Amino acid sequence: MDPRGLAAIWLAKIATLLSRATGKGGSTFPGRVALAVDPWVLRKMGSQAAGGGVLVTGTNGKTTTSRMISAICAQAGLRVVGNRTGANLIYGVVSAFVQSCDITGRLRADVGIIEVDEATMPAAAAQLRPRGVVVTNFFRDQLDRFGELATTVLFVKRGLNLIPEDSGAFVALNSDDPLVASLGGGRRGVVYYGVEDRGVFSGDLIQSADIVNCLECGSPYQYDGVFYAHLGIYKCPSCGASRVPPGVALTEYLPSEAGSRLTIHTPLGAIVVDLKVPGIYNGYNALAATACCLAMGLSPEQIRRGLETYSGSFGRMETIDMGGKRVLMALVKNPAGFNEVLRTVAEAPGRKHLVICINDNYADGTDISWLWDVDFERLAGSRGAQSILVSGIRAEDMAVRLKYAGVDPAILTIEGDLGRALRSGLSDTPDGGTLYVLPTYTAMLEMRKIIHDMGHAKMFWED
Amino acid sequence: MSPTRKNLVICHLYPELMNMYGDRGNVIALARRIAWHGMECRVEGASIGAVDMAGFDILFLGGGQDREQKQICVDLKEAKGGRLRDAVEAGVPFLAICGGYQLLGKHYRTASGQVMDGVGILDCWTDAGEKRLIGNVVLESRISGSPRTVVGFENHSGKTFLGEMAAPFGRVLNGFGNNGEDGLEGAVYKNTIGTYLHGSLLPKNPWLADWLIDRALQRKYGEQLSSSLDDSIENMAHEAAIKRVSRRTV
Repeated sequence: MDPRGLAAIWLAKIATLLSRATGKGGSTFPGRVALAVDPWVLRKMGSQAAGGGVLVTGTNGKTTTSRMISAICAQAGLRVVGNRTGANLIYGVVSAFVQSCDITGRLRADVGIIEVDEATMPAAAAQLRPRGVVVTNFFRDQLDRFGELATTVLFVKRGLNLIPEDSGAFVALNSDDPLVASLGGGRRGVVYYGVEDRGVFSGDLIQSADIVNCLECGSPYQYDGVFYAHLGIYKCPSCGASRVPPGVALTEYLPSEAGSRLTIHTPLGAIVVDLKVPGIYNGYNALAATACCLAMGLSPEQIRRGLETYSGSFGRMETIDMGGKRVLMALVKNPAGFNEVLRTVAEAPGRKHLVICINDNYADGTDISWLWDVDFERLAGSRGAQSILVSGIRAEDMAVRLKYAGVDPAILTIEGDLGRALRSGLSDTPDGGTLYVLPTYTAMLEMRKIIHDMGHAKMFWED
Repeated sequence: MSPTRKNLVICHLYPELMNMYGDRGNVIALARRIAWHGMECRVEGASIGAVDMAGFDILFLGGGQDREQKQICVDLKEAKGGRLRDAVEAGVPFLAICGGYQLLGKHYRTASGQVMDGVGILDCWTDAGEKRLIGNVVLESRISGSPRTVVGFENHSGKTFLGEMAAPFGRVLNGFGNNGEDGLEGAVYKNTIGTYLHGSLLPKNPWLADWLIDRALQRKYGEQLSSSLDDSIENMAHEAAIKRVSRRTV
């Protein structure tokens, strides 16, 4: 490591200690410091990983997919560096690498598994020259930041274009999302993953779809069915463009007591995985991880073993024992993800107690209009929720949304303070029961700290 | 359905194409409130192609992404233009948001100077801007006679300017508004409102939802809206949005 890079790493390490001492996680500030000292520090650190780096991007499932890939690599004996907490802008990526370097600037890792925000793709691709890219899906998210969905797709495309095809880099794409699949057009080294179990069709019509028109000719796509949101088996009736059959395919999805059982077909044979997390969207995350790890040269058996060690990540369908009661925390950040969380919550028996926490800070997205595209009607009526506390900076907006979804105002409580909302929700929840806590990103960080201070969960840098 | 109950029909224009930013919340709000006011309500979608506008009491058009908006522009002018204009002239209340608002104007000028004609129902035009105008907005609107506040969220790069025939929907207290320059937001002609505010607009501004319902009732039945609802949750959200803006600007 040259002196400038080394200085950047040292100063960033000091910044890490300082920000932890003040109770912050230190997941972005050290990166800011390092880049200010040396703009190419990420390349200097990243190029040391003998096994190369993989970038994971897309709207939903980045954190979970990265952590599944990391779990598989770790199980296969590889040392992994990655931004495990989901700090996925360039500063977060740099911070993660700094933490994995020793004081001589040597990277203590064999592979980098990095989740990157869509808009960060070009910068991350230029700095890290990855050996592979995984794209999960494109939904409307954070429109106030990127403008429109088409812009988001363009960021990722720009990132991919910076990775030369003759470098042998692979690209794992979701065949069921037309926008994601379109990134593969004509490129070498593309692997497609998708769901082939038609029993998983949601039965819902696409009502606020992100895309309904063929990317080739503009006619509306015809779907045999959708798995969720606009992910499904589709074709264009007018020009004949259709979904690419996936090489890595989920042929059977079964909800199970502890999570779900997945049968995944790969070109190297089938595996049956007992996954500890529920939901078809986690099935997609496992598929993406499988496609990625196969392309990295790992075996189906290594992948199965690794996936089965994965037990949920930080705030994303995470179960926390609260002494006789459980908190199930699931991050919510856009309509597609929120709908799937509600669907998964509804799969569990009984009437639910919920705390929904909506913040509108920059990292959450400052525009909360997306709440109107979520199907909260599910929570209304005699089979809906038993009690709902709304909290966070925009608690009142959430309350209005629930009222217009038909939720009885009598079961609705507005409590802007997250700590009080959590305690009140827990006292509503019977012994042995589960309190469902559904926060946006910054509310999740805050809630996690509150639960930690109550003595129940590790802080994320201990995770 | 008892024959004595009043009923209103809402037309949601291009619901599958123009549905950005939770726009359907406005339709949900109208439908719920009409029912809570003790009337029957039906929501009908009107997509691409010729549609008879005569049976509709309230019209709604949301915003879309660029690709969809071009498609709609052609259809609005060719298939719907005449009938839509008749409805507007007849005083049918019509709410158009963001891209929908721009389409109702006279024209849209792209960054390269290309001019696309709009429907021309509202006397306003839009020029492509360089930076996106994004954030929470608070307006003061006088369309109901007395000054009322309106809260919402804007996200647009087009800058809209009003001609002589259009009145502004409101004056900007916080935010950018039509163009970030003249302090005006939206456009009003008869009972048609064009605005950049989404968020969703009507649930958090229940007086505005009731204003549209009242106009529809007066036109169809010659009666004013006499009932009032418990809007305590809605008004809390309204006040919280105003507070949020003042906190941000400090």
